[in-house]
Amino acid sequence: MSELRISQDNAPIYEALKKHTKNRIVRLDVPGHKGGRMNKELKAFLGEQCLKCDVNSMKNLDNLCHPVSVIREAEQLAADAFGADHAFFMINGTTSAVQTMVFTACKAGDKIIMPRNVHRSAINALVVCGAVPVYVDPGTNKQLGIPLGMSVKAVEKAILENPDAKAVLVNNPTYYGICSDLKAIVRLAHEHGMLVLADEAHGTHLYFGEDLPCSAMAAGCDMAAVSIHKTGGSLTQSSLLLCKSTVSEGYVRQVINLTQTTSGSYLLMVSLDLARKNLALNGRELFRRSVAYADYAREEINKIGGYYAFGRELENGDDLYAFDSTKLSVHTRAMGLAGVEVYDILRDDYDIQIEFGDIGNILAIVSAGDRELEIERFISSLSEIKRLYSKDPTGLFDHEYINPTVEIPPQQAFYSEKRSLPIEKSAGLICGEFVMCYPPGIPILAPGERITGEIISYINYCKQKGCLLTGTEDLEINNINVVVK
Amino acid sequence: MDLWFTEKHTDDVNFTIKVKKQLYSGKSYYQDIDVFDTFEFGRVLVLDGFIMLTEKDEYIYHEMVTAVPMAVDPDIKRVLVIGAGDGGTIRELTRYQSIEKIDMVEIDEQVVKVCKEYLPQTACKFDDPRVELFFEDGLKFVRRKENEYDLIIVDSTDPFGPGEGLFTKEFYGNCFKALTDSGILINQHESTYYDSYVDMVKRTHKRIGASFPVTMVYQAHIPTYPSGHWLFGFASKNLHPVYDLKADRWNALGIKTKYYNTQLHKGCFALPNYVLDILDEV
Repeated sequence: MSELRISQDNAPIYEALKKHTKNRIVRLDVPGHKGGRMNKELKAFLGEQCLKCDVNSMKNLDNLCHPVSVIREAEQLAADAFGADHAFFMINGTTSAVQTMVFTACKAGDKIIMPRNVHRSAINALVVCGAVPVYVDPGTNKQLGIPLGMSVKAVEKAILENPDAKAVLVNNPTYYGICSDLKAIVRLAHEHGMLVLADEAHGTHLYFGEDLPCSAMAAGCDMAAVSIHKTGGSLTQSSLLLCKSTVSEGYVRQVINLTQTTSGSYLLMVSLDLARKNLALNGRELFRRSVAYADYAREEINKIGGYYAFGRELENGDDLYAFDSTKLSVHTRAMGLAGVEVYDILRDDYDIQIEFGDIGNILAIVSAGDRELEIERFISSLSEIKRLYSKDPTGLFDHEYINPTVEIPPQQAFYSEKRSLPIEKSAGLICGEFVMCYPPGIPILAPGERITGEIISYINYCKQKGCLLTGTEDLEINNINVVVK
Repeated sequence: MDLWFTEKHTDDVNFTIKVKKQLYSGKSYYQDIDVFDTFEFGRVLVLDGFIMLTEKDEYIYHEMVTAVPMAVDPDIKRVLVIGAGDGGTIRELTRYQSIEKIDMVEIDEQVVKVCKEYLPQTACKFDDPRVELFFEDGLKFVRRKENEYDLIIVDSTDPFGPGEGLFTKEFYGNCFKALTDSGILINQHESTYYDSYVDMVKRTHKRIGASFPVTMVYQAHIPTYPSGHWLFGFASKNLHPVYDLKADRWNALGIKTKYYNTQLHKGCFALPNYVLDILDEV
């Protein structure tokens, strides 16, 4: 960095934009709203400054497709801050970062080792590029009914059985805050010449907080997709792709440019730039507060009784190697309520929007942007929900996750001849599309997987409890596309 | 030199008082705290720019949040007061010998310190042996209580700022749980005169109604609050504020008041039509 003479106190894109907006440039280029003059209602709603900064690439603002000046500097500062060799500003969501990792590591027919509880974006990438997944069963916690991380033993078995695999993809952490033993997995994979790709959609804070699970770059992963917008304070849809020099920066850029917009949003980019600066300068303190809020809430929620706000006591050195204590996950089933029911009551009756509720759990995202008030309201509302709604838990579905059997690769299944039939009648057939609750967006079924009676009753249960199901061509989720052999 | 303090009652309406002297100006973790001495209203406590009380009219508020429930249930023994850092509500409650315990929960200790120093007219009974002070979030305090209080008085700031949590559904539900079977909840209920307050009044009324079988609203005339027309909530598990009024028992106590009397008690639950219409929309 020394040759740049800039430091983490700088924010090159921010500084260039500030300068640019002061210059009163005549805007005879896109975007056509011309700083909001064409769309006054939008300008009044979002604010003049916001519309003024919504500009197109130009010489003094650099170009995301081929950065040579301020974007390049901003990316280098980000790489430094996150301990990477290269960082790419991603403005098509972390989905695009995950897909870039898969496309960089794999060509059609290449194998990639991953846990089945990946986000849909990873399996989507397989549908697009034709790589073949080798799934490692994540462990499950019987009490909570949630999928965990991959045990090192299970990864080793998959590597030994598939020495031709190109990469291992790891969730770090999962939506629920669960991490695998990343360092050991990296060591194993590298010994066998495989890349390690980390989906760190929920892991920005691991780079800056204290006493949190190991980040992908610190563990030696080759690539990591980091959703700065989720817990790092940038705008929704902005993300970072981090790389070590074990992958070619130029090739990764080419892969990104296969699908990324050529009209990169400066609102998203400047938000990444300023989020990086804030994290580098204040991250330690910000995440110390997140952890303090979450720890306090866990303690108070567990005092209410009935709920189980789980934490680091679950760490087992194996498939729950480390727990990310910024995650406020609460098990609700023992109260006789599905997580999604508590999620709905919180929103409808108490004006509290949490991240998600699934069959047995809810997840609240806590950040330094919260105040004591929000935390106290959340705890008090849970106490009220217990007083007013708790019932006998008998008969509630007790697990989140069913390990499916993969019959054919995702791409082959997705593009094969399919027919649509009622889900009830699909048992035994091979699924040709995705079915998932969103959030969390972990597929219940992915293309190429065998549909079973158990999976069908799980889908029906989710529907009955009010989960938002997505993925099928039929928006009503009554019919499912199955592969015609 | 003329020095004037102005509070914005709405975006287009100001309320201005001539100031004799600024006695205190400070900033706590939660809010800005100011005390003025004024020509017309005596000393004035201002939080985040909003008048909380003046020496000239504070008795109206403090009598109305205490005498009304005490006259409905003179057997009240255990009282929880939330907010009330100025001490006025405590002062009124300590006049009832029958009350055995007064817990006061104020989130901002600095308000109490400032009031003890600059507003002795209200902050004068914190040392009563029945009074215990807790400096914490009212929402958190009440969550842990069950069947403990006969009366809860929510003497809070406006629903924007540190008092926000005290206008929520979960708070009123937690209060219900903390009250005994004959329990009463009194809260300051803002005003419906200016449109900008109407939504909050409605929401508050609805949220209390979700927890309590009896939810009534009563009014008082408080010259230094926006519009001067102020509302309070009376919620209970079974006692009706007018039918269950024990006028003779309250009058027998011989408590001298400047605003409240038992005739006014019956009248203050009779609301103007425009207020009734707003509450009916809930």
